[in-house]
Amino acid sequence: MESTARDFNDNVDHALADPNLQDSLAKLKVGFSERRRQAAERLPEFEALRDRARDIKNHALANLDFYLEEFERKVLALGGHVHWAPTAADARRIIGELCQSMGARTVAKSKSMVAEEIALNEHLEAIGIAPIETDLGEYIIQLRHEPPSHIIAPAVHLTKDQVADTFLEHHAKLGFTKRLTERNDLVAEARYVLRQKFLDADVGLTGANFLVAETGSSMLITNEGNADLSNTLPRMHIVLASIEKVIPTLEDAAVLLRVLARSATGQESSAYTTLNTGPKRPEDLDGPEHYHVVILDNGRSAVLGTEMQDILRCIRCGACMNHCPVYGAIGGHAYGWVYPGPLGAVLTPQLIGVEEAGNLPNASTFCGRCESVCPVRIPLPKLMRHWREREFERHLTPVAVRQGLALWSFVARRPRLYRGLTGLANRVLALFGRAEGRYRAMPLAGGWTRFRDLPAPQAGGTFHAQWKKKRS
Amino acid sequence: MSESSATARSQILNGIRRSLRRGEISGDQRQAVEARLARPPLGPTVARAQLAQPEKVALFCQWAETNNATVARVAVPDVAAEVVSFLARNNLPARAAMAPSPQLADYDWDSQKMLSLRRGRGEAADQVSITGAFAGIAETGTLVMASGPEHPVTLNLLPDTHIVVVREADIVSGYEDVWTLLRERYGKDRMPRTVNTLTGPSRTGDIEQAMELGAHGPRRMHIVVVRT
Repeated sequence: MESTARDFNDNVDHALADPNLQDSLAKLKVGFSERRRQAAERLPEFEALRDRARDIKNHALANLDFYLEEFERKVLALGGHVHWAPTAADARRIIGELCQSMGARTVAKSKSMVAEEIALNEHLEAIGIAPIETDLGEYIIQLRHEPPSHIIAPAVHLTKDQVADTFLEHHAKLGFTKRLTERNDLVAEARYVLRQKFLDADVGLTGANFLVAETGSSMLITNEGNADLSNTLPRMHIVLASIEKVIPTLEDAAVLLRVLARSATGQESSAYTTLNTGPKRPEDLDGPEHYHVVILDNGRSAVLGTEMQDILRCIRCGACMNHCPVYGAIGGHAYGWVYPGPLGAVLTPQLIGVEEAGNLPNASTFCGRCESVCPVRIPLPKLMRHWREREFERHLTPVAVRQGLALWSFVARRPRLYRGLTGLANRVLALFGRAEGRYRAMPLAGGWTRFRDLPAPQAGGTFHAQWKKKRS
Repeated sequence: MSESSATARSQILNGIRRSLRRGEISGDQRQAVEARLARPPLGPTVARAQLAQPEKVALFCQWAETNNATVARVAVPDVAAEVVSFLARNNLPARAAMAPSPQLADYDWDSQKMLSLRRGRGEAADQVSITGAFAGIAETGTLVMASGPEHPVTLNLLPDTHIVVVREADIVSGYEDVWTLLRERYGKDRMPRTVNTLTGPSRTGDIEQAMELGAHGPRRMHIVVVRT
């Protein structure tokens, strides 16, 4: 997927001015995040499970080479194949060749963020193979030629009416000429249209939530069952997974499953959790004859052993973005690449470069909600701060910001000067607007006051002055 | 393995080792991870499912219903009649694709003259399927299906309505118990091609985060729990 992360500031302006997007985002606050809170409260062991989930992923990362080799050994033993892809281009080439080896015309795809990361659809189209997205959200945005705006709900930025318009436009030629108004009718129509495509596809391509080293199984979690149709009906099943997806055992998977669904959608369990191991056995009545796993690095191994390693624990639940005030205001597209929200703010500069995506770690209020809900306890604010430091060290920060920071540090290191200036500012600001408690406009702060009021200082002087008075 | 894929493989594995500032793991560290694989440690126990068998079955039924499945609890002689009655109650045809499973042979299907059964894999035109289950998980009301000639995966996915017959004795507390049963049945390193765990019928939250049933898999799931 082509990045627009460099244009982050413009993207944000567009997002804030988009009424459909703002309507959709308003639902996030009462949807996924409220359901997550209830699910966590229903399970007394939830916090202990989060600790354990963190430890499992840390253990897997510390022994990543061992577990990947073990996984490969098990897949081969059952007649499957493993392909290693150091870069996105390697993965695209391997998958393209596998599809061509089957003479494939269509590929049924189950939502995979790694496939977005390597721009797989564009590559398949270029070699004459039609990728068909089968997850409902991915299907909707494929029809609209849009990238996903959320890692588990790719069409979360759209309203029901927008989906209805899109279906009418694309399904009319199939005989569906009535504009639908109910969600269940929209779901039923997509089910009908996609069912035939599953039956016709030559190859099924899925991601993996986990790769289980103990058994050589790829583990997939969905609510719709689209991944299962993709990995059962076509003659070839290709799994595309990045290196950090490997975990040691089925017992470890049980722990991770318990925190994943609850953190993502607030469900006790997703509807479908599936383990696939090798191709169909000779006596089986269905299943794919060919089973291939493509293991992608794409810059991840270089993150191991660095201060950013914790991000590799991520299990892609989306809780950090569901709870992020910045994501809640601007949605996923503004982040400009595959992974939005706090996860994207940390991972995107790593994968496509801080020069391209340096703005993303700045898009944080550091409120800490992302870390407080992360099922594997990734210290996301700390990791964003690391990027800000690197950006500053590499002189990528704009001149005005650097000068502002230099001025602030000059003043902050001189307590008498600092107190004098803040006291003065407090008195000056009080002349305007203290009576109302807020300012509607402020020189140099237009970016803030265009969308909200700036709070006025409270009566009683600066914090220092009030502190001194209290102690005396 | 071709030369280029062998190079790609060592490039990734050596990259990992370089970042972790070590070579291939060996000695005590290797023994420790091998031991962990051989005897997988358990995570925190979920207390709500640690129950005597009758309560475990009740918890399974309660969660299955919460997850939008319907549940009927019957004795062995009444299984076939319950299936026919469910189809009639829901205005469904008395025609189904059934898993060719010895587990299902225990029930008296011949007593139901109206019911027409085809044994085999699921096909696109099937409206109803009937399968057994490898196990049920009380903690979340989840059914576990192990693929094989006696249980084709397509029966879990293609029909609009999925009827599952599960024995009380096969209902366990959590996933960990299922893993133990799978290892006993298939061997530690030999999973069946597909293990599906199903928690209620298919659903999606992709339009405005509102859950709608019947996205791609069955819209309706009926669970017949058999007293054993």
